[in-house]
Amino acid sequence: MTFDVLYFAWLRERIGEPSERIESSARTVGQLVAELAAKDDWHAAAFADMSAVRCAVDQELADMDTSIEGAREIAFFPPMTGG
Amino acid sequence: MSALVQPGPFQPEQVLRDFGVGAGAIVTFTGVVRDDGGNLAALEIEHYPAMTQSSLTAYGHEAAKRFQLSDWRIVHRHGRLEVGEQIMMVATAARHRHAAFQAADYLMDWLKSRAPFWKREISRDGSTRWVDARDSDEHALSRW
Repeated sequence: MTFDVLYFAWLRERIGEPSERIESSARTVGQLVAELAAKDDWHAAAFADMSAVRCAVDQELADMDTSIEGAREIAFFPPMTGG
Repeated sequence: MSALVQPGPFQPEQVLRDFGVGAGAIVTFTGVVRDDGGNLAALEIEHYPAMTQSSLTAYGHEAAKRFQLSDWRIVHRHGRLEVGEQIMMVATAARHRHAAFQAADYLMDWLKSRAPFWKREISRDGSTRWVDARDSDEHALSRW
């Protein structure tokens, strides 16, 4: 399946791109993270500390066990600091 | 009942125009860029455009249901904001003050930790630093 993967804040800076299109057979967020982290040093650095990474699947907050089957957009970002 | 995400400044009196007609209590909260250490020039607020509006709207509807609000409004800015500028505002309208205060408090707790915004501090010397999420903000959510 093909996913649009989005990065925000320092994840975007570590990876060096705001988004990328990924072809993957991953079925959960966690499986996709494992694939992405293995891509190169930049991805590895972005996903090194998963306690500092949050995720949304098709704009809904998700966790590592969330299914991404049929999803289009997976976003990764640090804990939010709005308000 | 509306959520607005915009880069530019807002006027509170405009946000409150025709707001909460017939309510017995209206509470508003406004967040302002503050400079605690005397070294901050501005904040840069990044957001997730495809998600921001829908998540603010969802939290607004949830607050309305939970506290029986007759009206609510949320305005949140993004982009560069200088010290002293208004970042965001929530307004809640209910029959009685207790519900209006509680709903505003509830909305702020959710916006701080669950709406897709990320703050970066820009110092006067030009250096930048991403603001860390606070444990106290995360704990505040467990109250609800």
